[in-house]
Amino acid sequence: MENILTVENVSKAFTNHVALDDVSIEVPRGKVYGLLGPNGAGKTTLIRIINHITAPDSGRVIFEDHELTAADIVNIGYLPEERGLYKKMKVGDQALFFARLKGMSRRQAEASLREWFDKLEISSWWNKKVEELSKGMAQKVQFIVTVLHNPRLLIFDEPFSGFDPINANVLKREILALRDAGATVIFSTHNMASVEELCDNITLINKSRNILTGNVAELRRRFSDNRYELGFEGDEKALVSTITPMVKMIEPIPADRDGISHIRFSLNSPDDTRTVIATANSNACIRTFNPLLPSMDEIFIRTVEESNHKTETPPAI
Amino acid sequence: MKSALSIIISREYLERVKRKSFIITTILMPLLMLAMMVAPALIMALSGPEKQTIAVIDDSGIVAPRLQNEGDITFKPVNAPLADLKADDNFQAILVIGKDVISVPEGNITLYTHGSPSMVTERYISDQLSDVIEDQRIRAYDIDNLHQILEEVSVDVQLQTYRLDKEEETATSSILSYLLGTFMMLILYMFIMLYGQMVMTSIIEEKNNRVLELVVSSVKPTDLMMGKILGIGAVAITQILIWAVLLIGCSIWVMPMLSTSVAQSGTADPAMIQAVMQLADPSFMGQLLIFMVLFLIGGYLFYSSIYAAIGSAVDNIQDASQLTSIAIVPIILALIISMSVVQDPNSTLALWTSYIPFTSPMVMMARVPFGIPVWQSIISLVVLYISFIGMIWLAAKIYRVGIFMYGKKPTIAELIRWTRYK
Repeated sequence: MENILTVENVSKAFTNHVALDDVSIEVPRGKVYGLLGPNGAGKTTLIRIINHITAPDSGRVIFEDHELTAADIVNIGYLPEERGLYKKMKVGDQALFFARLKGMSRRQAEASLREWFDKLEISSWWNKKVEELSKGMAQKVQFIVTVLHNPRLLIFDEPFSGFDPINANVLKREILALRDAGATVIFSTHNMASVEELCDNITLINKSRNILTGNVAELRRRFSDNRYELGFEGDEKALVSTITPMVKMIEPIPADRDGISHIRFSLNSPDDTRTVIATANSNACIRTFNPLLPSMDEIFIRTVEESNHKTETPPAI
Repeated sequence: MKSALSIIISREYLERVKRKSFIITTILMPLLMLAMMVAPALIMALSGPEKQTIAVIDDSGIVAPRLQNEGDITFKPVNAPLADLKADDNFQAILVIGKDVISVPEGNITLYTHGSPSMVTERYISDQLSDVIEDQRIRAYDIDNLHQILEEVSVDVQLQTYRLDKEEETATSSILSYLLGTFMMLILYMFIMLYGQMVMTSIIEEKNNRVLELVVSSVKPTDLMMGKILGIGAVAITQILIWAVLLIGCSIWVMPMLSTSVAQSGTADPAMIQAVMQLADPSFMGQLLIFMVLFLIGGYLFYSSIYAAIGSAVDNIQDASQLTSIAIVPIILALIISMSVVQDPNSTLALWTSYIPFTSPMVMMARVPFGIPVWQSIISLVVLYISFIGMIWLAAKIYRVGIFMYGKKPTIAELIRWTRYK
């Protein structure tokens, strides 16, 4: 698959700490790519490097087919986590200003802005000063400014913070629409539910290093440890004793749901699924059999904790 | 498509010029300056001696008849005990003169007043008394035609100065140069302080409301900084031009009237005539204006790049105060040096500080009206503009790093370290 962006072995150090240590990522075109990591892991520095705001100490950033240059930033739209607008400036003037900085002509920008303002139902704000808007309203303006020039690569840093659920949904819909129209989205967030919902691939950065990369569905399967949940009617003891040789960690779930008993276990080997089902079938009446996929939350916490444990003593700088 | 730099400049410029505060200050400032010039005269006029009657008890019998009433001060010789007069509301003050006042004035003159006496009144009384006593003492020598002799001896010297180093001997007025130099230097000082700090506060504001990250994702930080400096500089120039137009308009209207009226009145001071002639000379004033604009731009660019670097390094104005001393101390120093330079425009101090970019704009402004050699101005300008390029390069390096630094207030050593980041 063609990559729109490739980050190769990028490192960046500041006076007192290393922000990025040999980080590489590959962002496939037309997908939503999640950039995850605890606070202070180095995500923002990486995003700034991709935006050509800061230069890496070493390593390369390839945009499409060439090394990233200042000219490429007109093809990138960036919504920073820490956002703000000029308070004293009128909303319309301000949006025009940012659009023109991205290389749009005044006429082109104005037409496109009117369209977006209509779409997000904020046309009446055009002549308001930003200081008159609420935080959420200003965020909408900022979102428009980010996507207005139809960039091929969009970078959103915590785009949903500060939005009510209704507006967050509107935003989510627009982001997916942009992806469907061909844009690639890099999405940095701590909201793991939205990662599961939106992202195709993720990279997890912890302590300046890339500690996990992959496709979200594959990662969830990989981290599931062959865990399954079996729902049945019948004698629990008999069932458990028959499947015990093939599984680890049987945990019964005490409260019955709709008169069905449940147990959870992990298989010794992924190939045992059919054997387990066959054995269980002959001892009880099977109602459900589901793989238990870990949430991205669990994967995040587990991976970060493991990696912190490994690097108890941080490498000398 | 316009370049990012020009879009930034036009935003910085228009956002400021359109503001009501700009329009108001541009109009009010000249009025304020006028008021500041007129105010001392007005205050003098208003605070003159108020209407008061002073009772005089004169034991010598010589002084009282000679005291002259003037304006609002009336002397009234009385023959009553001091205690009674003190209780009398009709007299604002009581002047008691002893018997031997002519031979021993010290301790023989006392003034009692209700409330504190005004300086002007006190001075007026003591001047009169001195005159009377001096006059009495001179009379005691009994010389004939004394008054006539004194008048013939008295003289008021007026120098007619000519510059020998100029191609033609032009009459110059050093008092005018002094005034012009001081005036122009103060204008320059005001502009560098005002607009330099405006660059700084505006950067701090951008950093504070986090709009900065959005802007630098579209333009190079250096472009943003340059755009800000140039945009705000353009505002300063606009303001100066508006004032210059007002000033020239005024002088076109006032100057001919002034010079004819000065020329017509034969009694006019020759120094005054010279000053007015020079002020009306377009080539002199034109040259002055050109140098002023060049030094103003150079000085502004140089100092505003320092201010830009400081603004980028801190989160709020409070934190900036310590670092701004890097800019303020040399500006104040230049102001103090310029004050002495207008007294002696060719001193060694004046020469040296004319070539140091930190002080040169103001020092040169103070010197230019004295008609210093043009090559000195040119060298000074060249040094200033080259230093500006160096300073802006340094400032850009600090700015690039500083705008993303939040929290801790950086030290100067850290600022220097930032300049070495890639």
